Amino acid sequence: MKINELIDSPSELTDTAASKSAVVLMTRIRLARNLAAQPFPGWAREAQKKEIRDQCMQAVAALPQMKRGLAIPVESLDELQKQILVERHLISRELCHAKSGSGIVISKDQSCVVMVNEEDHLRIQVLRAGFQFKKVWNTINALDSDLEEHLDFAFSPNLGYLSACPTNLGTGIRASAMMHLPALVISSQMEKVVRAVNQLGMAVRGLFGEGSDASGSIFQISNQTTLGESEEEIIKHLHGVLNTIIEQELNAREKLIETDPNKLFDKIGRAFGILQNGHLLNSGEAMNLLSLIRLGIDFGVFADTQRAVVDRLFIECQPGHVQHAAKGSFDPNQRDVLRASRLRSEFAKLPPPDFTSAAK
Amino acid sequence: MANSLKCDLCSKPATVHLTQIVNSKIHKVDLCEACAQAKGVTDPSGFSLADLLLKASLNPEPAGDAKCSACGFTQQDFKKTGRFGCPECYSHFSRLLDPMLDSMHKGSAHTGKIPQKAVTRRSLYERLTQLETELDQAIKAERYEDAARYRDEITQVRQAAGRKEEAGK
Repeated sequence: MKINELIDSPSELTDTAASKSAVVLMTRIRLARNLAAQPFPGWAREAQKKEIRDQCMQAVAALPQMKRGLAIPVESLDELQKQILVERHLISRELCHAKSGSGIVISKDQSCVVMVNEEDHLRIQVLRAGFQFKKVWNTINALDSDLEEHLDFAFSPNLGYLSACPTNLGTGIRASAMMHLPALVISSQMEKVVRAVNQLGMAVRGLFGEGSDASGSIFQISNQTTLGESEEEIIKHLHGVLNTIIEQELNAREKLIETDPNKLFDKIGRAFGILQNGHLLNSGEAMNLLSLIRLGIDFGVFADTQRAVVDRLFIECQPGHVQHAAKGSFDPNQRDVLRASRLRSEFAKLPPPDFTSAAK
Repeated sequence: MANSLKCDLCSKPATVHLTQIVNSKIHKVDLCEACAQAKGVTDPSGFSLADLLLKASLNPEPAGDAKCSACGFTQQDFKKTGRFGCPECYSHFSRLLDPMLDSMHKGSAHTGKIPQKAVTRRSLYERLTQLETELDQAIKAERYEDAARYRDEITQVRQAAGRKEEAGK
């Protein structure tokens, strides 16, 4: 598979059929793995790094799960291609900055990704639309076990899988869910949630990780500790925390519609109006407007079938995707025009909001 | 009182004081405003406390000249980057690491998945190397009965390792 072919095919996140979850948009698990007796990527010499990359990429690409996928060195990608992969949550920003000796293997359906020579030799990731930890864990566990047949992982009976950073020691697992929490944001409860989640040893980040604003009321919640608990225990613990947050969000939604439905409907109605008629939209604003439409769908203001359209637009209104669709390089102002035009044409197709069915 | 505390990352006076309780263990981090902002502590969308705790918990004693014999990574390098050079660094710098693990994780012993196949394969290779050394020594010392025994065992281990590789294809 070629990179442009992959970019033009739908990703797991833009998969219109799978995303039926009201609050959890995506579930992702990654495992940090390193080869035994080899320097970690940050310390390896150029030649060693390339040798490690070739060995790892060959082993990963040969897995049945990765057949007919894409295996490519990072330096073969241009900036826009890298940005698109970041916007689809397939690779990290750190990997984009890797000068040489790093690589990526992505499965055909874009649900399995292995980053080679990022901070660790291997960062294995599986992602799925919706709230599906069990399925994601089973897939990644099998992928890891298959890989273990061909590669000797650095492992200590006491410390578990050895990683470049001691914060990833042990299981090397980072399980996360991307959550849409508009009612907690509107009712100013998000700070309280962030604090509580941090106290439970979990991390909360805005949609695109550190350095980005939490546009669209989308937050990524993940475990922070990796040693002293089994993978299943870590996932179970996170699952419990996520269920509590889902409950809090649904309660906050109920309260919003009970106390002041007009205020809520006004926000949703205005968002629809701007998306149908706006001519300049930056990605932050677009995300916030789409977030309100998604909330409207959950309240029954728009048909349930439109959730998939909105989830796809969350990704497609990011700067890289906007430029790719318009086939060119544009400055931020031109991108805002292109983004608004794209959203106008998508929203012209949608039937108008029906507030009567929501106010029941 | 706050002025007497120094930033855990740069030693300037600390103005931001964080306390996190994980599994009844209290972790405290003191930061100056610049470091707090750089680490995203003031960002309501969250920050990675684990990474912060890693740097903050690094031993304030002057770094020794200890060097990993496998990759040449030094204690100073670790203090600078918060990352290790190679898997062997974990045994070389265990004294530095052990006190950190307690504040960083829920425990200090791995209880998760074990890479069974890789571990078995590696122990077979290690046994093979050991047997080959013993065989050499036995031949040099003219202990031919021992040498024959080692040779038989080497054949067995090679077969077992070979079967593993076959299964992996």
